[in-house]
Amino acid sequence: MAEKFDVIVVGAGMAGNAAAYTLAQGGLKVLQIERGETPGSKNVQGAILYSDAIEKIIPDFRDEAPLERHLIEQRVWVLDDTSYMGTHYRSEDFNKPPYNRYTIIRAHFDQWFNKKAREAGALTICETTVTELLLDGKKVVGVRTDRKGGEIYADAVILADGVNSRLAVKAGFNSEIKPKDVALAVKEIHFLPQETIEARFNIGEEEGVVIEMAGKISAGMMGTGFLYTNKESITLGVGCMLSDFKEQQVTPYELLDRMKAHPSIAPLIAGSEMKEYAAHLIPEGGYNAIPQVYGDGWLIAGDAGQFVNGIHREGSNLAMTTGMLAARTLVELKAAGKPFSAANLSRYKAKLDESFVMKDLKKYRRMPDIFHNNKQFFTTYPDLLSKAAQTLIRVDGVDKKSKEKSIKQSFINARTRLGLIGDAFKFWRAVE
Amino acid sequence: MLKVEEKLFQDRYRVDAGRPHIKIKDAETCTHQCKSQQCTVCCPAGCYIQEGNGKVVLITDGCLECGTCRIICDEHRNVDWEWPRGGFGILFKFG
Ligand SMILES: Cc1cc2nc3c(=O)[nH]c(=O)nc-3n(C[C@H](O)[C@H](O)[C@H](O)COP(=O)(O)OP(=O)(O)OC[C@H]3O[C@@H](n4cnc5c(N)ncnc54)[C@H](O)[C@@H]3O)c2cc1C
Ligand code: SF4
Ligand code: SF4
Repeated sequence: MAEKFDVIVVGAGMAGNAAAYTLAQGGLKVLQIERGETPGSKNVQGAILYSDAIEKIIPDFRDEAPLERHLIEQRVWVLDDTSYMGTHYRSEDFNKPPYNRYTIIRAHFDQWFNKKAREAGALTICETTVTELLLDGKKVVGVRTDRKGGEIYADAVILADGVNSRLAVKAGFNSEIKPKDVALAVKEIHFLPQETIEARFNIGEEEGVVIEMAGKISAGMMGTGFLYTNKESITLGVGCMLSDFKEQQVTPYELLDRMKAHPSIAPLIAGSEMKEYAAHLIPEGGYNAIPQVYGDGWLIAGDAGQFVNGIHREGSNLAMTTGMLAARTLVELKAAGKPFSAANLSRYKAKLDESFVMKDLKKYRRMPDIFHNNKQFFTTYPDLLSKAAQTLIRVDGVDKKSKEKSIKQSFINARTRLGLIGDAFKFWRAVE
Repeated sequence: MLKVEEKLFQDRYRVDAGRPHIKIKDAETCTHQCKSQQCTVCCPAGCYIQEGNGKVVLITDGCLECGTCRIICDEHRNVDWEWPRGGFGILFKFG
């Protein structure tokens, strides 16, 4: 293959497809390389799609994209072993088009998104793994693939290769991810008749519910659980930091099975047929874990750059946005006849800084460390809250004032007065 | 409780027979130097198995390509980790 491209995009996930689409639309000659049999066949997500990010790339995506249900209700649960305590927010405002959030199935969505990129003019080859970057000094000049004679050259390479971004590490641009900066999520998809799902969640056709969970389900680790409704299926899973998984004895699949057996969750999936089990990492290091994202002839977008807002469960939208901005940077430079040098590609970083991506990540920059060092948010508090609720609700002849006293005392016993104030402050610093 | 094999049974794979994409670099390190052998707990597909004699055996057929084993083996860096060849490995139907 002596052919040369303007840009090679590695990966056909959210970031890669956004980049390839934008580059092709901008008139650049693009080759996109994906290791999966089809785009999406390696990719895992909850999955909530945020309309805003895809709308900025494909404004009329709703007409064609494979979407499951638009979300009208958000539940947040804190669980102990036998109970959940939570808030439910449902609004008819979420039931008016254009809808703001949808559940999707990644294997389906990625194929569609990639088709749009190809229609725009990108060339995608699947079943091909990029094994390393080709360098001329410090400059990236192309990629080597595992196909015969698989060296391909380009003026720039966008690394949209996901959380395990091996290529940047191999090239010495970035270092290996640390266990404290990444979570492992395991999930299953369970099929049920559409009417059963709608009855169980009290929703109409096309309407959906998400449940975000914290508490005992993470077995003391820093982690959360989730359950999302699709058209004819429910996806549910749990994710915890690898630094915590490293220190304990519960396997990820056991954690998932315990969550499924929880008395508040089991009835929601009762009688369903499990059709797939998946595992994937999520970058959770936040702002401080973001590596160098550009250099001579290369740019990094999506999970590969750790662009995930953990507390809001936003990743795909950051991936699409960073992929789009990386591509726009190249389109603009090309139009101006400027080379893809590190100095010129620093415009990408400037675009990131101006966007919601860096603003949000910066806002929550303290969160990962605070939660790492204060496991009581995942252990003690769920228990205390649940017991407090039970004390208040149970009618047993004890007067209310005594009940309040005993609740107050239980909090003080568990955390001390100063501890409680400290925790409130830490929580506020984490999300401030 | 469901065993992990029963979960993996639902998944679709194209196994690259005889060409494992992940290898333990040095078996002795696992046996004699790694106290926790945490890969045997953390791998979501149960690919790492503790043998009675302190050995750890890796069978990658059920691998979900998550990367966990490489990242958690940060004291010994004893995992040689690559992607499968293009088109091989896990093929998610839904993801
Ligand atoms: C369980 C779970 C739930 C999530 N829930 C949500 C959610 O509800 N909402 C949300 O917005 N985000 C969510 N996320 C995060 C979201 O999935 C990611 O942020 C997003 O997929 C990142 O997109 P990406 O394109 O950067 O990476 P990916 O989607 O991982 O794409 C990377 C692509 O590159 C390919 N690739 C990698 N290396 C090579 C190589 N060497 N050669 C060729 N191809 C290669 C891969 O096969 C893959 O197709 C969730 C993640 C997980 C794991
Ligand atoms: S964690 Fe690493 S060194 Fe320890 S048993 Fe596993 S592969 Fe071997
Ligand atoms: S990559 Fe993930 S699934 Fe595969 S062997 Fe390592 S830990 Fe197990």
